[in-house]
Amino acid sequence: MAAALETRNLVKRFGGIVATDNVTFRLEQGARHALIGPNGAGKTTFINLLTGVLAPTSGQIFLDGVDATQMRPESRVHRGLARTFQINQLFPAMTPLETIGLAVSERMGGGRDWWRVTGSRREIVDEIVEIAQRFRLTDALDERTSNLAYGKQRLLEIAVAFACRPRVLLLDEPAAGVPEAERHELLATVAALPRDVSVLLIEHDMDLVFSFADRISVLVNGAIFTEGTVEEVSTDPRVRAVYLGESVDE
Amino acid sequence: MPADPIAKTAVPPSTADFVRRSLVRKGRWGVAEIGFWAVAAATLFLLPERHLILNEIAIIGLFALSLDLILGYAGIVSLGHAAFFGFGAYMAGILAKHGFADPLLGLVVSALAAALLGFVTSFLVLRGTDLTKLMVTLGVALVLGEIANQASWVTGGADGLQGISMGPVLGLFEFDIFGTTAYAYSLTVTFLLFIVARRIVVSPFGLSLRSIRDNPLRARAVGIPVNRRLVAVYTLAAAYAGVAGALLAQTTQFVSLDVLAFHRSADIMLVLVIGGAGYLYGGLLGAIGFKVLQDILSAWTPQYWQFWIGLILVVLVLVGRERLTDKAKALRPRSRGRLAGQAKVLPTTTAGEV
Repeated sequence: MAAALETRNLVKRFGGIVATDNVTFRLEQGARHALIGPNGAGKTTFINLLTGVLAPTSGQIFLDGVDATQMRPESRVHRGLARTFQINQLFPAMTPLETIGLAVSERMGGGRDWWRVTGSRREIVDEIVEIAQRFRLTDALDERTSNLAYGKQRLLEIAVAFACRPRVLLLDEPAAGVPEAERHELLATVAALPRDVSVLLIEHDMDLVFSFADRISVLVNGAIFTEGTVEEVSTDPRVRAVYLGESVDE
Repeated sequence: MPADPIAKTAVPPSTADFVRRSLVRKGRWGVAEIGFWAVAAATLFLLPERHLILNEIAIIGLFALSLDLILGYAGIVSLGHAAFFGFGAYMAGILAKHGFADPLLGLVVSALAAALLGFVTSFLVLRGTDLTKLMVTLGVALVLGEIANQASWVTGGADGLQGISMGPVLGLFEFDIFGTTAYAYSLTVTFLLFIVARRIVVSPFGLSLRSIRDNPLRARAVGIPVNRRLVAVYTLAAAYAGVAGALLAQTTQFVSLDVLAFHRSADIMLVLVIGGAGYLYGGLLGAIGFKVLQDILSAWTPQYWQFWIGLILVVLVLVGRERLTDKAKALRPRSRGRLAGQAKVLPTTTAGEV
């Protein structure tokens, strides 16, 4: 079976700097895969290559076995690749209801619909409700997003990506900055993501990585340093050296 | 498919109802809105001696509505929106001068011509910062103004386009010197186009525009073809502005270079700022406010009315319309909870930082 997401010999150079160095990587169907690495390892560049924000210098990207290297970002979303952002990227003046409704109706091809009122379609409403429940946003649906508590905004951040019905979900430090009191709720929803969604988690927080992931890839200086099960990577002395040599947190 | 407990729980009807009502509510007309248009219609009968200025207000209102579509909903700033207004005006004027005297035909042709111009120039405003957009739109309007000036064999140049004579609207209503037909015509067209705009902004398409305005980076990340949407709305707004210009040409039966002038673009921005962008009525209310202010101030202090307009503009922008309206709302007990006080700043970043 084709991998949910695969890269072959992916390279990205910015001038003389190699930000992504010959990365060959597989995200299996239904995987819970974590990508870790010290600051400046090239995690963000790697995500931007995957989502199409940046074009690779060389190499290929496959989505479900289909070559997506030349695809535009929005086409990749339509093909089932969605991401969240490490720093919230929300619509401050819109409500969570509108935000989720936007993503849902866009996926159903409604963005070209300029005559019907958003919400006049039953299937859109049902899906908004389902997503709101999954991400525990039902009681905040009609608030302005900029007025939501930070933890709720973080949940919405994932909910928007989830509303694209991705087959591959890239979570970029989902718990970053969430206060301890709201953390549990967030981790619970991440853990409860349906198994048919393959998840790539980019994370600094080792507790979250170890509790969530089946496999871990370690990125150092733009290249895959090592990859293996949680057991293998967590006991690998070289990984420890990389992490002990550098500060783990931001 | 593996077990997914959350998806299996039935959707409680109450939440679904709430979601549907909350979304559909925006499509419904409120009492205030119906009242607004009822008053507008009533002025046709109650203020016969003011029809000339009311006609002008209706046209400016439509023009500002057009700017609101791109500025208030899609976040595209423009200092050259008069390009489309003027293009529509000249198109309608030239048509009428060459024997195509039917007003509605003129409107449709002007709308299409302005839309085409909007479509072509839209690609210039897709990229770049707000400053770039301001300069590009300003430049397009300047270029067009100079072309109209030079091409005097079609446009009449600096003398203006004279000798326009319009046929009756729908073959029935002749334009009269009191401006009654003109006002009824402009008001009707503005109303019909308003209905369409109002429909559009609550549609999924309109929602996607607002998302682009708020955060284009994220809009792209949920699969919205941002550029295509911006081209679409820019083209639409150009058509609206073209119709407004055509209405002016047809109801005044004269077109001069003034329709493409910089002050047209600047005034319409002013009108929208006075009325408030992003809720469609801003353009209309702003047009009324602007004209009434102009009337009052120029009667009171004919030489210095622009001083006061300028001062009002500065206060509006510095104090912030939202804060002004929020304060007004806070005085009414009905709108509790949703306002200031709990406002937390949303930590968003610019696209470049991701």
